Amino acid sequence: MSFYTFAAPSRFYQLAGWAIPWLWAAAIVLAAIGLYIGFFVAPTDATQGESYRIIFIHVPAAWISMVLYLAMAFWAGIGWAFKTRLSSMVARAIAPTGALFTFIALWTGAFWGKPTWGTWWVWDARLTSYLILLFLYLGYIALTEAIDDTRRADNAGALVALVGAVNVPIIYFSVKWWNTLHQGATVSMTAAPKMAQTMLTAMLIMTFAFWAYAFAVVFMRTRAIVLERERDAEWVAKQLKGERA
Amino acid sequence: MSAFTAVLARDLRLAARRRVEALLPVAFFTVAVSLFPFGVGPEAQTLRIIAPGVVWVCALLAAMLSVTQLYATDHADGSLEQMLLCGESPVLIATAKALAHWLLTGLPLIVFAPLFGLMFDMRGESIAALTFGLVLGTPILSLLGGVGAALTLGLRSGGVLLILLILPLCIPALIFGAGAVGAVESGVSAQGHYSLLGALLIVTLLLAPWATAAALRISTE
Repeated sequence: MSFYTFAAPSRFYQLAGWAIPWLWAAAIVLAAIGLYIGFFVAPTDATQGESYRIIFIHVPAAWISMVLYLAMAFWAGIGWAFKTRLSSMVARAIAPTGALFTFIALWTGAFWGKPTWGTWWVWDARLTSYLILLFLYLGYIALTEAIDDTRRADNAGALVALVGAVNVPIIYFSVKWWNTLHQGATVSMTAAPKMAQTMLTAMLIMTFAFWAYAFAVVFMRTRAIVLERERDAEWVAKQLKGERA
Repeated sequence: MSAFTAVLARDLRLAARRRVEALLPVAFFTVAVSLFPFGVGPEAQTLRIIAPGVVWVCALLAAMLSVTQLYATDHADGSLEQMLLCGESPVLIATAKALAHWLLTGLPLIVFAPLFGLMFDMRGESIAALTFGLVLGTPILSLLGGVGAALTLGLRSGGVLLILLILPLCIPALIFGAGAVGAVESGVSAQGHYSLLGALLIVTLLLAPWATAAALRISTE
C-alpha cells in the first residue's frame, strides 16, 4: 500500500475519519497550553504593555491564512491539470477555513491597532494587500458556488486561485517593500528571535493549535464533499450503512 | 493574424450597428463622475484632491460593467463555440476581443478624461498625468475584465461575480494610476508610477490572454 492510495476518495475518507478526533484533541490541548503561556506566563511587553498579547492569535492566524491560500491554489491547480478528483475537493474544503483565518487576522489586527496605533484601520500596504486576500477567498468561494457543474466549478476556481496567488508574496514582502505603519517581521528563520523566549514558545504552540484545527475542519469538510460527490458509489452506501449500524 | 483582425473588425462593426449600446459605458462614466460634486460638495479644493481617484474608480467600474457583454452575446448565439472550434488560437481571439473592448470603452474614457479634469479644477500637468496614466492603465482593465467575463460566462448574477473576482486584481493599476497624478501635484516626477503601470501592462498582456483562453475552454466544454 503506497502513500498514493489515499488519493482515492474512499481511502481518504477513512484516513481522515481516523485522524479527525486526534486533530481536534491536539487543537484543544495545544490551544489551552498556548493561551495559558501567552496570557499568564509570558512577560508584559516593554513598549506595548499588555495589548501585545493579541499576537498569540493574530500572527498564527495570518501565517495560516496565507499558507492555506497557497495550499488551496496548489491543490486546485493539481486537480485542474491532472484531473485528480480528491485534490479539487480538498481545494474547495480549504477555502472557507482560509477565509475565516483571514477574517480573524484582520479583526484581531484592528483590536491590536486601536491601542498601539490609535486607529482601527489604516490603508497601509500590508493591511490593504491582506484585505485583498480576503476578497480573493470570497471570490473563489462565490465563483465555485455559482457554477452548478462540478467539474467546471473546480476548474474555474483553480484558474482564479492560481491568478490570485500572486498576492501572497506581495503580502509577505509588503512590510519590506513599502515601509509603512505595519511593523516588520519579528520572527525569522535566519535571524535570532527579537522577542522573549516564552513569547515565541507561546506563539509557536498557538500556531500548531491552529494548524491542528485547520486540518481537522478541512478534513471534515472534505469528507462531506466526498460523500456528496460520490453518493452514487457503492462504497458510500456500504460506509453509511456501517456507520449507522 | 487574419483571425485577429477578423474578430476585431467584427466586434467593432457590431458596436457600430448598436451605437447607443456602445456609448453606454461612457454615459455611465459621465454620470458617475458627475455625482461626486453633489455627494462631496462643490468646493474646488476638495474636488481637485479627489479628482484622480474619482476618475480612476469610475473608469474601473465602467470597464467592469461593459466587459460582462464581451463574450455573453457570442456565447448565447453559439458563435463563440464556432470561433473556438475554427482552429485559430483562442489566445489570439481573446486578445482581439480585449483590444475591441478597449477601443470601445477605454479609448473614449481617455478622450473624455481631460474634460473631467477641467470640471474638477485640475491643473494642466495633472490632467496630462491623469490622461497618460489612463492610456497605460485602461488596457489592463480590459485584459483582466476579459478573464472575468470568460470565467462567469452564462452564470446567474455573473456581472456582480465578475466585479468581485476582478476588482481586487485591478487595485495595483488604480493605485499607480491615481498615484501618478498625486506625484505631479506634489511636484515630484511621476516617472516611477508610469514605469510600474507599464510593467503591469506588460505582465497582464503576457498572461491575461492565456488565462482568458483557459477560462473560455472551461466555460464552453
